[in-house]
Amino acid sequence: MTNSWTDIRNADVVWIMGGNAAEAHPCGFKWVTEAKHHRGAKLMVVDPRFTRSAAVADHYAPIRSGSDIAFLSGVVNYLLTNDKIHTEYVRHYTNASYLVREGYAFNEGLFSGYDEDKRAYDRSTWEYEIGPDGYAVRDMTLQHPRCVFQLMKQHFAPYTPEVVSRISGTPEDKFLRVCEWVASTANGERAMTIMYALGWTQHSHGAQNIRTAAMIQLLCGNIGIPGGGVNALRGHSNVQGITDVGTLTAAIPGYLALPTDSEPTLESHLAKRKFTPLQPNQTSYWQNYPKFFVSFLKSFYGDKATPANSFGYDWLPKLDVAYDCLRMFETMFQGKTNGLICQGFNPVMAIAHQKKSTIGLSKLKFLVSIDPIETDTARFWENHGEANDVDPSKIQTEVFMLPATTFVEEEGSLTNSSRCIQWKWRAADPTYEATSDSVILADLFTRIRKLYEQEGGKGAEPLLNMSWEYANPLEPTADELLKELNGKALVDLRDAEGNIIRTAGSQLASFGEMRDDGSTDGSMWIYTGVYGPNGNNSQRRDNSDPSGLGVYPNWGFSWPANRRIQYNRASADPQGKPWSEAKKYMYWDGSRWTGPDVPDYVPTIPPERATGPFIMNPEGVSRLWVRGLMADGPFPVHYEPFESPVENALFPQIKGNPAARVFATDMDVFGDPKEFPIVATTYRLVEHFHYWTKMVHMNAVMQPEFFVEMSEELAKEKGINPGDMVKVWSNRGTVKGKAVVTKRLKPLTINGKIVHEVGLPLNFGFIGETKKAAPINSLTPPVGDANAQTPEFKAFLVDIEPIRGPVA
Amino acid sequence: MYPPIANPTTEPTPPKFGEKDLIRRSASTVTPPAQRQTEVAKLIDVSKCIGCKACQTACLEWNELEEDVGVNVGVYENPHDLTPNTWTLMRYTEWENPDTNNLEWLIRKDGCLHCEDPGCLKACPSPGAIVQYSNGIVDFVQENCIGCGYCVKGCPFNIPRISRVDNKAYKCTLCSDRVAVGQGPACQKACPTQAIVFGPKDEMKEWADKRIEDLKSRGFDKAGLYDPPGVGGTHVMYVLHHADKPELYAGLPNDPKISPVVEAWKGLSKYAGMAVLGLTAAAGFIHYILQGPNRVSDEDEENADRLAGGSN
Amino acid sequence: MGPKTSSARLRVRRYSGSARINHWIVAISFVLLLLSGLSLFHPTFYPLSALFGGLQIAREVHPWIGLVLAVGFLGLFIRFFSQNLPETTDFVWLARLRHVLRAKDDYLPEVGKYNAGQKFVFWSQFVLVGVLLVTGIGLWDQGLAYAEGLFGFKATIDQQRWAALLHSSAAVLAIAIWIVHVYAAIWVRGTISGMTRGTVTGGWGWRHHRKWLRKEVVKGEAKRAA
Repeated sequence: MTNSWTDIRNADVVWIMGGNAAEAHPCGFKWVTEAKHHRGAKLMVVDPRFTRSAAVADHYAPIRSGSDIAFLSGVVNYLLTNDKIHTEYVRHYTNASYLVREGYAFNEGLFSGYDEDKRAYDRSTWEYEIGPDGYAVRDMTLQHPRCVFQLMKQHFAPYTPEVVSRISGTPEDKFLRVCEWVASTANGERAMTIMYALGWTQHSHGAQNIRTAAMIQLLCGNIGIPGGGVNALRGHSNVQGITDVGTLTAAIPGYLALPTDSEPTLESHLAKRKFTPLQPNQTSYWQNYPKFFVSFLKSFYGDKATPANSFGYDWLPKLDVAYDCLRMFETMFQGKTNGLICQGFNPVMAIAHQKKSTIGLSKLKFLVSIDPIETDTARFWENHGEANDVDPSKIQTEVFMLPATTFVEEEGSLTNSSRCIQWKWRAADPTYEATSDSVILADLFTRIRKLYEQEGGKGAEPLLNMSWEYANPLEPTADELLKELNGKALVDLRDAEGNIIRTAGSQLASFGEMRDDGSTDGSMWIYTGVYGPNGNNSQRRDNSDPSGLGVYPNWGFSWPANRRIQYNRASADPQGKPWSEAKKYMYWDGSRWTGPDVPDYVPTIPPERATGPFIMNPEGVSRLWVRGLMADGPFPVHYEPFESPVENALFPQIKGNPAARVFATDMDVFGDPKEFPIVATTYRLVEHFHYWTKMVHMNAVMQPEFFVEMSEELAKEKGINPGDMVKVWSNRGTVKGKAVVTKRLKPLTINGKIVHEVGLPLNFGFIGETKKAAPINSLTPPVGDANAQTPEFKAFLVDIEPIRGPVA
Repeated sequence: MYPPIANPTTEPTPPKFGEKDLIRRSASTVTPPAQRQTEVAKLIDVSKCIGCKACQTACLEWNELEEDVGVNVGVYENPHDLTPNTWTLMRYTEWENPDTNNLEWLIRKDGCLHCEDPGCLKACPSPGAIVQYSNGIVDFVQENCIGCGYCVKGCPFNIPRISRVDNKAYKCTLCSDRVAVGQGPACQKACPTQAIVFGPKDEMKEWADKRIEDLKSRGFDKAGLYDPPGVGGTHVMYVLHHADKPELYAGLPNDPKISPVVEAWKGLSKYAGMAVLGLTAAAGFIHYILQGPNRVSDEDEENADRLAGGSN
Repeated sequence: MGPKTSSARLRVRRYSGSARINHWIVAISFVLLLLSGLSLFHPTFYPLSALFGGLQIAREVHPWIGLVLAVGFLGLFIRFFSQNLPETTDFVWLARLRHVLRAKDDYLPEVGKYNAGQKFVFWSQFVLVGVLLVTGIGLWDQGLAYAEGLFGFKATIDQQRWAALLHSSAAVLAIAIWIVHVYAAIWVRGTISGMTRGTVTGGWGWRHHRKWLRKEVVKGEAKRAA
């Protein structure tokens, strides 16, 4: 989230799209009801289904799954053509004024630089025009034909309300109402928050969905202000923490990059990330990249990391290609993987194209499941009839189950969607042999290192040189681990005048204290401060809110630097004054930046210096145009999902995202709309948490059985009665469930054609207290988003029919 | 946000109400306390409810109830009705508003409304099986319950359920055990959106007024409070967007009152019945006093003899 | 026991052994139903439930006894209904009810096995037992569940309420009539032996059911006591 859960109560318009906060985030949703109750905020929901969020909304607009970019681009077009933008914000705080270099083009759905064989772009034409002074050229009048603003006008012009309605199926009046409510916040007086989740992410163009939303918020001036923001609602209590700590394969903790094959030395790695400001007087925290990176290496390799050996840079693995989950299963499928350790991971349930996953797992020599529960994955080799129709005699994979504690049986921190790190204490004793994940991993590490010590082997150095300084090497505590993430001074640290600011061994108070000479460590710079010299700040439980704006500055610790709203310098105008009294947040008091939050800015830089407020970007402003930073284009484009019942109405030559990642082996798994005419989407139910709570009796009572939601019209067409058993199949698999026939789903008219959609809740599997069902990912396609490689779970094609006869 | 109810102290505290605070007791007469306790109420704001069933789960958890894993029958309700273990149930109604053409998904938490004039208590034949505290809570006392199911017939809202296991009636207690130590009911505690709030009934009504004002500003002209006078008001109230059509909300009765049939059964038939029986017995007694026994005389016997003899 | 009689008085068979057993099954069931039913009916009678070991048990057994009574009553009905069919003399008898109450049997027409009063008891209890059976099942969860399984009939709450009202009203009437029945048996001396020993004296027959006595004598059912 750019903002925080508690900040949602400052919104005047709440827009939920690509998510269903009431269903998936009921506790956080309270802040929506607070905004409605106390501010009179309006809630609008755009979703293929009339969801639980829609049940309490002031406006609901239906949309066909996978057509979000068309809808959102239509909103952009509405704002631009009706001049409903926050002009000063756009002029000064976005790159609208930046000129794009010559050579950029967009034709028939493709940007300049496309290579069809590689399914990838050469992005060199997507850059700014750089002036003779080395800075990017700007036109503050926003009139230059190659300035981002004019390019945008041109690019989004085709997305008229009529076109949006034709592509998305949203009635024009309902679409326009959304536009009007969005536009009502483009003034610095009112704010709109956008809440989204995996309904935007899980598409072959997922990252661009979110980006288009960010553009809308920037045009309205809703970034950096209370009640604004583009707010990702994270799906697990600690999935934010997991992303932060770098379990994605291409990143190390704190969103630093894992070195690649093309960066053989530390110098080459750092040189690639050298900060080059694109406008005068620009400052950026990325200029500190070397400090963060070296401190990270010091945490990893301790005393073994010295300037002489580039702090152990050579011991870090170098990436050839990102190993996201789809690729992991692709290599498994090809028989190239020997073993898999699943720690709190149930890929049989979670990964697209389950049949392929099961074949992949069957080719492993061993599978380790570290989990509090017996997952469907740990028992993938068991035959469960139609729900998991495998032949155990043909599967030779050896499965180890290591029982882990549940979250209540261990202490530690969780990082929520608000980026707030909160400590939780152990509430119950572990059962049987269960022990915490860190103990299991420490045990594994210690044993493997011992084997290397005794027997040697290839690539031993990273393990042998690993710093492992825990009081009990077999049981690193959560307290020790959080301290390690925070970092400490290794020698007495002095400021420019030579005064000691931090004595050797003491915890660092902020990442500003990190050094690139090996005198500090800290494996995750963004968390620095959470466990500072004053102790463990994630344990703070002061719920006072002096500003009344839901800041709660002394509750837990929000990374970075305990900041609750990111980019909050943008809550004031270029002169440092609040845009309006209603949205007063951070402002220049004559000598420094002040307000209820920690400024996202150097607190002493005066407005006159005109340093841009988005100090993470070399432009100093936010990006309506993302240059070459996204794989599939500097602007979003409407592409159909890989499986879609219709052609691309705007660019008939291009159906799906041309840069989305599809493995060669998967090219034939997509279904033909003639055979599979019905759109399907997947989602969670509030009664369950993902694939865990089907193991829990009480949750199973609340939602006992897999079902398929469909419109009354589709049910009638197919002869399905409510409560009938139905069969749903895609080109990849089949599931069976009960029919829930509802008014909450309606057929949509897409380009003159009636398109039906069915809804498939994802919580049910073949292990647990709920009725057995085949995993919903038996149906889903294994195509990955062009940027994040997230599978396209949210829009694919199926067919459906009732099952006659006795139902078991 | 309605101010959250603070957690209770860990020190043992005497319950805030008990036997002495009874204002009604089934099949018994009680002397009501001179001073009524502050009347409490649970306010369910349907317009804030997202139907997450947290209340339903919290109810099972707090009251240590075990419900069976059922099946899906094509709806979101699970279980499919209130049961002896499910004392509260989310009910979902899809309604296309003819005035706006908008679909509305009306979600109502069903359960005991704790009537000021409780029909269950009126119908109950077992002394002390149903009691009403002066704060308004209507509670079932299972050790006195005989499982006759009369409460089911007495209730205007079809709430109580009889357990097949122990033949006792069960329903929402408004967490009288929690309220007794100054807490709100478990459902209220669990509600993530404050669709359920709990407190003094007066304050709940004020809170509801603000909600109704907000709903009216959003075009729900008929928004209002459901506190039906037919049962003397209730201690569980609803804020409804369509207070003029409560039956939209999964059949919430429009003007609930204790059924006249039940009134006749527990009123007229009792008194008339007692009178009929008393009068009949008295008539017999008086007749006997006045008339004495109707004896067979010797003459009758002789006549009979003669008859028999004659025929022989 | 009437006037002093010689040892050779005439006795007439009134009820067979099986009829008497049948009657007493119904009678005992009725009394148990009355006791348990009244304890559920009004708090005044709550102490009666102690006879059953508490109201819970009284409630539990009541419907089962009710079923016994219903079956028993059906037996009585089959046995006696033909003799309870109305006749013209019944109206004369009813018209002279004043004399009935004043025990002036001589002023009454000759009566067969049952007089109009007895027939009234018979038929009214027949109707009331029917009503009590149907409404009783309507009040009884297990009975309803069984009825639902058997006939697919699901009683609405409102139907159950009516069942409760009708059941209690019918019960009141049944009890009132039962009081009349019992009182009449006590008041009309010599009656009870018909149900205890199976015979009545010839004089009793002469006095109260002369037409019946005549028939019995013809059939040879009247015998001198040993």
